[in-house]
Amino acid sequence: MNRALRLLRRRAIGSIPVLLIVVVLTFLLLEAAAGDAVDAYLLSIGGGDAAIAQSLRAAYGLDQSMPARLWVYLSSLGRLDLGWSVAFDRPVRDLILERLPNTFLLMGSATALSFAVGSALGIVAGAKPGSARDRVLSTLSLMLYAIPGFWLGLVLSIVFAVQLRWLPTSGIETIASGRTGLSRAADIAAHLVLPVATLALVYMALFLRVMRAGMADVWRLDFVLFAQSKGLSRARIVLRHVARNALLPLVTMLGLQSAAMLGGSVVIESIFAIPGFGRLAQEAVSGRDTALLTGIIVTSAVLVILVNLVIDIVYAALDPRVGASERGA
Amino acid sequence: MRVVRNLLATPEGMIGFVLIAVLALVALFAPALSPGDPLRIAGRALTAPFTDPAFPLGTDRLGRDVLAGIVHGARTSLLLGLAAACAAPALRLCVGLAAGVSGGGGAPGRVGAGRALPTLPPFLLALAFDSVAGPSVPVVVLAIALGAWADPARLTRAQVLSVRERDYVASARVIGMHPAEIALREILPNVLPPVLALSAIIVAAAILTEAALSFLGLGDPNVVTWGSMIAEGRNVLRSSPFLSVFPGIALVVTVIAVYLLSEGLGKALSDREGAA
Repeated sequence: MNRALRLLRRRAIGSIPVLLIVVVLTFLLLEAAAGDAVDAYLLSIGGGDAAIAQSLRAAYGLDQSMPARLWVYLSSLGRLDLGWSVAFDRPVRDLILERLPNTFLLMGSATALSFAVGSALGIVAGAKPGSARDRVLSTLSLMLYAIPGFWLGLVLSIVFAVQLRWLPTSGIETIASGRTGLSRAADIAAHLVLPVATLALVYMALFLRVMRAGMADVWRLDFVLFAQSKGLSRARIVLRHVARNALLPLVTMLGLQSAAMLGGSVVIESIFAIPGFGRLAQEAVSGRDTALLTGIIVTSAVLVILVNLVIDIVYAALDPRVGASERGA
Repeated sequence: MRVVRNLLATPEGMIGFVLIAVLALVALFAPALSPGDPLRIAGRALTAPFTDPAFPLGTDRLGRDVLAGIVHGARTSLLLGLAAACAAPALRLCVGLAAGVSGGGGAPGRVGAGRALPTLPPFLLALAFDSVAGPSVPVVVLAIALGAWADPARLTRAQVLSVRERDYVASARVIGMHPAEIALREILPNVLPPVLALSAIIVAAAILTEAALSFLGLGDPNVVTWGSMIAEGRNVLRSSPFLSVFPGIALVVTVIAVYLLSEGLGKALSDREGAA
């Protein structure tokens, strides 16, 4: 436990410069964009003269020099203030906090579902590498993994929402339905079935493949032979010895996927019109809203760092070799 | 040569190789297979597929030939996938190695730089980069390469983290090997195979990312891509789902082919190791 705590402290301290780098890099990258939020705004209202543009820029602080704005941004970040969204005319932090729960709900359900089903199927396939069962599952997962998420989402919504009319096509809940409590929860759940299924199917295939590959590697190791020669039951060898050791790459993959899944939410949320974090990113891009996009990227970096902190702890708990040679920072 | 023979001996490698070869030929000879601009209006709008011999796969809302779009789209997808995957693999490997090896004693800043990029969601990064530099083919390639960087760097680091605690690394340290020598001669060979297998997956991921970017309308508007065709078909999804389905199938087949080839390659490589 001491080892895990030391690792946690070292990682947490190491995250601060990482975040700073992310903020500065994002700021500089988006600084290079042609046109700003005021241009996009004027375009959307049908144009305006130079005086209006100038007064708007002064009001939003866009007329100051780049280093000055970077400094203002960094110091307000210290107060957890992410700036002002010109496109929505609201504080960026409020917008992000408003959208995050929807994305957490979507991502959390999809990750939990795909991790559970994917690793279970991976154990089934990896229990006997090369068997017919293994080959069928591996082929299916390969095909599933090759399907682009947004296309799968479209096809699922054609079949289940448009043709069969079993499920709603888009949104997070029925608009102005006045539902409360359980009936509202059921309504949200019905809206989430298709997007969660889309994401979960793609990631399930990934977890299945990683689990199976990990198990196939572990079967070749000496301790498995030793366990077999001890006369342990097959189920015990598969679960206690092989599957447990194959969990390591799977846990790494879960950490990696946290970033990819946040990114993947952009497309899925845009297909199913879910007002979430990813859709906000797309809206920020189309509104040329630099402050909002920076806020989104910084927030997602924080989320990914938090997930990976947890993953590192789990990893250290599972594999005694990790962190063994680290002296306290 | 033996690797190639081994590759073709596995069913995965054989199917993957044939599919990729066919796709590459289609991409190479796209101008001959369907001459003219695939974005031009060729016939009546929304012709259903398999009804008009002039347009076997039908036409879209503006009367553009779907088959021509798919044939020319193969060009964009394969080219982008390869270019993005070639853009920075060596650099990635180096950063992953450096971050893993220096993890303990290195300055936080150095570790930080290696860890900053992997914390950014690849697709968001691609989205931001694309929105800054404007949609064009080289920008999309760079955006994807920037985004695709994170996975292998992190995986390499995780592999290194595990490998560097093994006994032979400790032994190498005891006999006074230079850290750089340990990284290159002891750790790299043990980390390379999974990373190699992953690079094929990057090609596939790049193809999928490009499709998703075009789907969101952030691709190069002057080039046909399968992603933009799917997005275009989405407008008439209820009446003519085929417009989105056909390019989607092309995408899936391409990505499966790349995966199969990578599986076969993995098998061929491990056979060679077994024989040596």
